[in-house]
Order: sequence, then structure tokens, then C-alpha cells
Amino acid sequence: MTSYLQIDGVTKKFGDFTALEKVDLSVRKGEFVTFLGPSGSGKTTTLMIIAGFEKATHGDVLIEGRSISRLAPHERNIGIVFQNYALFPHKTAAENVYFPLQMRSIARSAGLRKAQEMLSLVGLEGMGGRYPKELSGGQQQRVALARALVFEPSLLLLDEPLGALDKNLREQMQIEIKRIQRTLGVTTIFVTHDQSEAMSMSDRIVVFEKGRIEQAATPLDIYHRPATRFVAGFVGESNLVPAEIKDAGGVAESAALGACDFEPAEPVSPGDNVTLLIRPEHIRLSRKPIEGRKNVSMHVDTIVNYGDNSLVIGRVGDLQMRVRVLGADVVIIKEGEDCCVSWLPESVYAIPAA
Amino acid sequence: MGATIARLAQRPNLWPWLLLAPLALYLAIFFLVPLADVAIMSVTEPKLSLANYERVLTGTLYQRVFFNTFLTAGLVTLACLLVGYPLAYLMNHSSQRTAMLILLLVTMSFWTSFLVRTYAWMVLLGNNGPVIGLLRAVGFETTPQLLFTRFSSTLAMVHILAPYMIMNIYSVMRKIDPVLIRSAESLGARGFSLFRHIYLPLTAPGIANGCVLVFVICLGFYVTPVLLGSPREQMIAGLIGTQIEEFLAFGMGSAMAMILLAVTLAILAIYHRRFGLDKLWG
Ligand SMILES: Nc1ncnc2c1ncn2[C@@H]1O[C@H](COP(=O)(O)OP(=O)(O)OP(=O)(O)O)[C@@H](O)[C@H]1O
Ligand SMILES: [Mg+2]
Repeated sequence: MTSYLQIDGVTKKFGDFTALEKVDLSVRKGEFVTFLGPSGSGKTTTLMIIAGFEKATHGDVLIEGRSISRLAPHERNIGIVFQNYALFPHKTAAENVYFPLQMRSIARSAGLRKAQEMLSLVGLEGMGGRYPKELSGGQQQRVALARALVFEPSLLLLDEPLGALDKNLREQMQIEIKRIQRTLGVTTIFVTHDQSEAMSMSDRIVVFEKGRIEQAATPLDIYHRPATRFVAGFVGESNLVPAEIKDAGGVAESAALGACDFEPAEPVSPGDNVTLLIRPEHIRLSRKPIEGRKNVSMHVDTIVNYGDNSLVIGRVGDLQMRVRVLGADVVIIKEGEDCCVSWLPESVYAIPAA
Repeated sequence: MGATIARLAQRPNLWPWLLLAPLALYLAIFFLVPLADVAIMSVTEPKLSLANYERVLTGTLYQRVFFNTFLTAGLVTLACLLVGYPLAYLMNHSSQRTAMLILLLVTMSFWTSFLVRTYAWMVLLGNNGPVIGLLRAVGFETTPQLLFTRFSSTLAMVHILAPYMIMNIYSVMRKIDPVLIRSAESLGARGFSLFRHIYLPLTAPGIANGCVLVFVICLGFYVTPVLLGSPREQMIAGLIGTQIEEFLAFGMGSAMAMILLAVTLAILAIYHRRFGLDKLWG
């Protein structure tokens, strides 16, 4: 893999506190990478080190093989969209977008024309004359995006750009940002702590936790083959069951489930401790055991109805299990009853113990 | 009485007015009545006519004094801005402790009576004062006249009024979102261009506030120009004083006072239309 942006062993300390520890990451040209992680996990800090607003305590950041650590922020040619947009209130939308061109000594008439083109691309045709306070949140967001892209930056950084928008507008902007990013082919890093946003937009997701990268992989791999228990728990809903390998061919045993078949993705050996991941939507609920599946009996505690689907929470021995069922299927059981839950061996993924 | 209060209590929207009444009464007796008196005197002394206004507006002496007043107020405002802006910037961009120290120094001179400060300047700039002494010590044969010049009155007024400028600019600077500055840097701005295109426009409201305040206060300044300024470069307030105290020309003095008031109100009105008067005090 040829890497365009390379983060090389970056550690960041604030006094005694280690905000980032030995972060390594490489990003391909044109790739859309999302930083996902809980609050305080170091996403913004990483972004600020790339942008040059924070200095790494150790390590280096390279673009196309050249270190940019010594460059000041204004020399890095990186476009950033901040969470609160950070539009200049005394400039119109078009002047805001023209600003980076102005700083690059591009003549006003040519620059403003380019700014208008960029505003059209983000869907704000004819709104160039408005001041930021005359624009809605979503429109300000688009201006900020146009401004960060108009000077053809080598990298686009977005720090929770959709955090302040309501759900509908958010989804609309997700699609819009993806479209613009594809059109321009700009290498992009997008920070969010919304996992569905990360899933739907990214070429690759980087999961942060406590200043470390837990996993960097495609959305499907993150979801189906999480590298750690943390990733499995953080992304999507999950049933996580501690177990021990009995057979390298794919049998693990847990106290609650007994012997359980799975399809090993990575080599395992008997005696290894693993965590079995079974996604709630891969589990079926039935009155009687189903042939060809692993069946266990579950006592149903709670049913949460979401309309098109329901979440059934119950107990298998001491183990709490969550099952997602489609709207129609839930009528077969009631809270307080016992039923049968089942899954296929390929729905079980064994996460190696750290 | 008790019944009245009980009735008032049932109409809570009257209470604010009731509480304001003493203040309103005070203003009416000690401000509006004398002001009306001045307005009446300006057209009745010595006889009922607009002659006083005509003389003030056409007489060369008065025109010169008005011009001089505006010039001084302009100079003082400019000097306050040149001193105040960097100081406010320093306050906003230094550590908490340094900022507090500057704030303390600025406001300390603010809380000292300006009569005291004016006399302090007389001592400092006088012919036997330390400044002249220093000039002599470094070898100046003929020392310049410092006291009783436009220089000394301007300097003292700048000293007195600079805190207004500093506080106004500082309060605006403090509210600037640092993310805006970062964002400008990421877009390629730095140094002077960052200042000119982003920082200066963002602080412009503070500059406008400070300038209007200093200019308007300066227009009506009495003590300092009279005590420290050149007698040949009188300001309007000083002239009003002379008219009334020395010539007992109440009509002329009143007419000048009314014109000064009109000019001040006009400046505030323009400011209000542009920015809103409620922002003037930060
Ligand atoms: N200037 C600073 N001084 C001290 N600690 C800091 C500083 N900046 C960040 N931190 C700490 O570093 C850690 C990582 O912060 P960071 O802002 O990178 O988190 P984040 O992943 O962006 O979180 P969020 O999702 O809440 O934005 C946090 O614990 C934070 O308190
Ligand atoms: Mg953050």
C-alpha cells in the first residue's frame, strides 16, 4: 500500500497526561478515513497534530514521504472544517470562501469567481452575498466545506462537522460530503463519535480508545471482525461471551452456552481464551429448536418495541443476551416466557484475548 | 396608603416604575430642570433672540475654539487608540497573572481622582519637574515648554481616558473565538495579513465603542485642559466657564453649552444607528 499521509509513532503528552500513545497510521491518496471513538480518546488531538496546531511529543507526520512536523499551520495547505464552522462573521459567504485564495495572492475577481463555483458545488448557488448569520446551520456547514476545499488542499480534516445538525440534515450532509469528496478526490479524515455515520461514509474506520488506535479497517471488517472486545462493544450492538478454545477447527466452550461452533478467521489453538461475538441481528427467536443451528433456551426479561423491529433482552443462565427481531416475528413471545434462540456457526466471531 | 400599596401589589408590572421613581425624580430635579434653564437662558439672555447662537456660530473666536476642541478630542482619541489597542492585545494574550497585573495598573489610574492625576502631571511636567530635569541632565541647553501646551493637556487626557479605550477593546478581544484564528491560519493567513483581514475587523466594534466614548467625553472635558492646556488653545468647556465666571455672559455660555450638547447627541445618534447605543458600555 502506498501511503499518502503517514503518522509515525506519534505520542502526545499534556503534562503528565498521555493523550496519544504511539499512534501509527497510514492513509492512501483519495481515501476517506473516519476517526471513531469515545469522548476524550484523542481524535481531535490527532487531527490538531496533523494540522499543526499541536506539536507531537514524539513521532512524525509525513505527507508523500516528507515530514511536515516543522511546518507552521499556514504552510501545510490542509483544509479544516471545525465543529462550529468558524466562519468569519464580518465576511459574506463568498468572501469567506475567497479568503484562502486571497491569502494565496489570487486576484479578487478570479478568486471570487472560483469561490462562487465552489459554492455551487456545495449547493449554495446564489447565496454568496449572505453573511454567516443569515445562513442556517446546514448552509454554514456547506460554506465551511467550500472554504476548506477551494484552495485544493492536500488533505481535508473534518472534526465532528455534523455534530450540531438535526438528524435529517445530518443524513443529507453525510451524502453530500461523500459526493463532494468523491468529485474532488481529496484525501479526507473525518472525526465522529457516531458509529452509523462512520459506517456509512468511510473507506476505512480508525477506532480510538484512550489515546491508542484499537483497530484500523474497513467498515465491514470493523463490524464483523473487530480486533478487540472494545471495538466489538463500541461499534454496533453485541453479545460478548468469554470462552475457551476446545478445538482449533472451531469449537469454543463457555459456561453459559456450552460448546459452541464457530468459523475461525485467524488461527487459534486449544486452551486460548477468546471472546465470542454474536451480533443480536444474527440470532433467531423460535418456540422450538431449529435444525442445523446452535440452539439455547432463553428466559425473556424485556421487549423493547421500535416499530419495524424489536429488541428482546433475556437471560441464558447467568448470561444476558440481546436479540434483534423484525417487527412481525416478535408476536410469538411475551415477557417472562421461555423461548429458544439460535444462530449459525458463521455468525460467531472469536476475538482473541489481548 | 396601605390599600394603595396593596392595589399596586396586584399589578406587578407597575413595580419597576415605582422603583425607578426616586431616580426619575432626581434626574428631573437636578438634570432636566437645570438643562431646561440653560436652554431658556441661551435664547433669553440678555433679551429674547437667537443672537447668542448667531454669534457663537459665526464669530471667529468661537469657531476657532470649536475647531480646537474637535482637534484635541480627535488627537486624544487617536493617541488612546494607539496606546490602548496594543495594551488590550497584551492583556488578552498574556498569562492570567500578567493580564491581571495590567488590568490592575489600568484600573488603578482609573480609580484615582482625575483632579489628583491632573496635578500630578503639573508636578511632572513643570519647569522644575523631573522631565525637564532629565532633559537638562542629558545636555539640553534650552528645554522645551511642556506644561500649559497642547502637548501637556493631550497627554493628561490620554492618561485619564485610555482606560475607557482599553476596557472596551479588551472586552471585545476576549470574546473572539480562538477557533476563528486557527481557522484563518489553516487557510493560509499569518502575521500581518491575519491581523488585517481577521483580527482587526473582529475587534472593530471595540475600537468604535472606545473611540466614541473617549471622543465624546473629551469634547466636554473641563478641568484638565483648563489647568494643563495652553490658554491660547482653549477648549469649549473652558470657554463656557470663562464666559460665565468672568464675563457673566450667561446667554453666550448657555448657547455654547447647547451646541456642545447637540453635537454630542448627534455623534451618539450616528453611533446608535450604526452599532446600537446599548453596546457602548461593553
Ligand atoms: N490542551 C490540553 N491540555 C490538557 N489536556 C488536553 C488538552 N487537549 C486535550 N486534552 C486531553 O486529551 C484527551 C484527548 O482529547 P481529544 O480532544 O483529542 O479527545 P476527542 O477524542 O476529540 O474527544 P471528543 O469526542 O470529546 O471531541 C482528553 O482527555 C483531553 O482532556
Ligand atoms: Mg474532539
